[in-house]
Amino acid sequence: MERLFVRVERLSKGLIFDCRMCGQCILHSTGMTCPMTCPKNLRNGPCGGVRPDGHCEVVPAMPCVWMQAWERSKQMSMYGKAILQVQPPLNRSLQGTSAWVNDLNGVAQKTPAGWEQ
Amino acid sequence: MPVSPMRGGSRLERVLRSGRFAVTAELNPPDSADPQSVYDRALVLSSVCDAINATDASGANVHMSSMGVCALLTRAGYEPVMQMSCRDRNRIAMQGDLLGAAAMGVKNVLCLTGDGVQAGDQPEARPVFDLDSITLLRTLRTLRDKGRFLSGRKLEEPPKVFLGAAENPFAPPYDVRPKRLGKKVEAGADFIQTQYCFDVTRLKQFMAAACDMGLDQQVFVLVGVGPLRSAKAAEWMRDKVPGVVIPDVVVDRLKGVPKEQQAKEGKSICIEIIQQVQEIPGVRGVHVMAYRQEELVAEIIEEAGLLARRQRESMAAPDVPRVGSASPRP
Ligand code: SF4
Repeated sequence: MERLFVRVERLSKGLIFDCRMCGQCILHSTGMTCPMTCPKNLRNGPCGGVRPDGHCEVVPAMPCVWMQAWERSKQMSMYGKAILQVQPPLNRSLQGTSAWVNDLNGVAQKTPAGWEQ
Repeated sequence: MPVSPMRGGSRLERVLRSGRFAVTAELNPPDSADPQSVYDRALVLSSVCDAINATDASGANVHMSSMGVCALLTRAGYEPVMQMSCRDRNRIAMQGDLLGAAAMGVKNVLCLTGDGVQAGDQPEARPVFDLDSITLLRTLRTLRDKGRFLSGRKLEEPPKVFLGAAENPFAPPYDVRPKRLGKKVEAGADFIQTQYCFDVTRLKQFMAAACDMGLDQQVFVLVGVGPLRSAKAAEWMRDKVPGVVIPDVVVDRLKGVPKEQQAKEGKSICIEIIQQVQEIPGVRGVHVMAYRQEELVAEIIEEAGLLARRQRESMAAPDVPRVGSASPRP
């Protein structure tokens, strides 16, 4: 069952958001822009390296995804402020699992035990 | 001035809290296993600054580790700021390194995401980026304030450190930069060292927004400055060094003087910028950087009048010793 979710999620979100299947989806906090497409995998971007033309420090041909995230967040009435929140460290063991399933059973929301909210 | 309680108790923290305009300088780690190569550089800087930054493979170029440099510096009584980048180490390594560094006497840590590996001399390396600068800040603050690891496991003795972060007011998206500064403060930053400033107007806008958000009351901002050696060097830097923004007017000013005089002009520009940023509300110090030109850094600090100012002001705060109390001052 979970495998089916993984496949559907990978297909649909992969197409629309270039989803990397990190298993802890925060698209609604990042202007529906996948932060895992940032070459530094930043969950709290952008880094200080954004080029004057708004392109990525690491991949000059690519517009910085965090520039887009902040821009799009401005247009989101409901979740627009969520980008201001400090995002916790990612649980790397969830890579490749379904964020939908992780959301439902609470795994996605779990932060490291010592993390201060 | 931030009124929060003392965080790590470092000399840098005490200088900043005393209200004195702080000066930090960057030490470029050698490509050498000889401790003397670190001490030679530190000696030049120690008499002119409050703390010495040890960079962590900046620009993704390998050099002696910041941890190693800091171990040498604390041994000799200097005050280092240990830079930690998320590019090369995961959360396990970084928490352990913080304990090791604190045990060796390191009291200031600068949390960085780090430049991408493509910028350096070994672009084939695997980038780590397990944490980012903000999650690193919060993690280290938890070790210090809650006395526990990210896993929740308790520490016997928490590290006493003054936590810093970088910010780049000169990179887009400009309106987001003050907000991101706010996120860093919320994550645990006690002080900020900015990227190189060559655009004072942009910095003023950034600081005004930060002050409006009340951030000047919560964090000490030190502005990054440094000399340009020539017009060619300026062009190289803005093309090759991630995050360095140099406006055309600055490059043109360098081009406007003969080649042999460009280094002098670059130094003058740097001194002018230092003098201008001192007047900006919320700016509490400068961080002087010049790749492998520690002598030049010392000259700039002196010629910008920061030494005289510090001597005058240190009379008002006599309990704050200088960085290298062992080394004589001019
Ligand atoms: S410039 Fe943007 S996309 Fe590139 S590494 Fe930095 S934050 Fe990520």
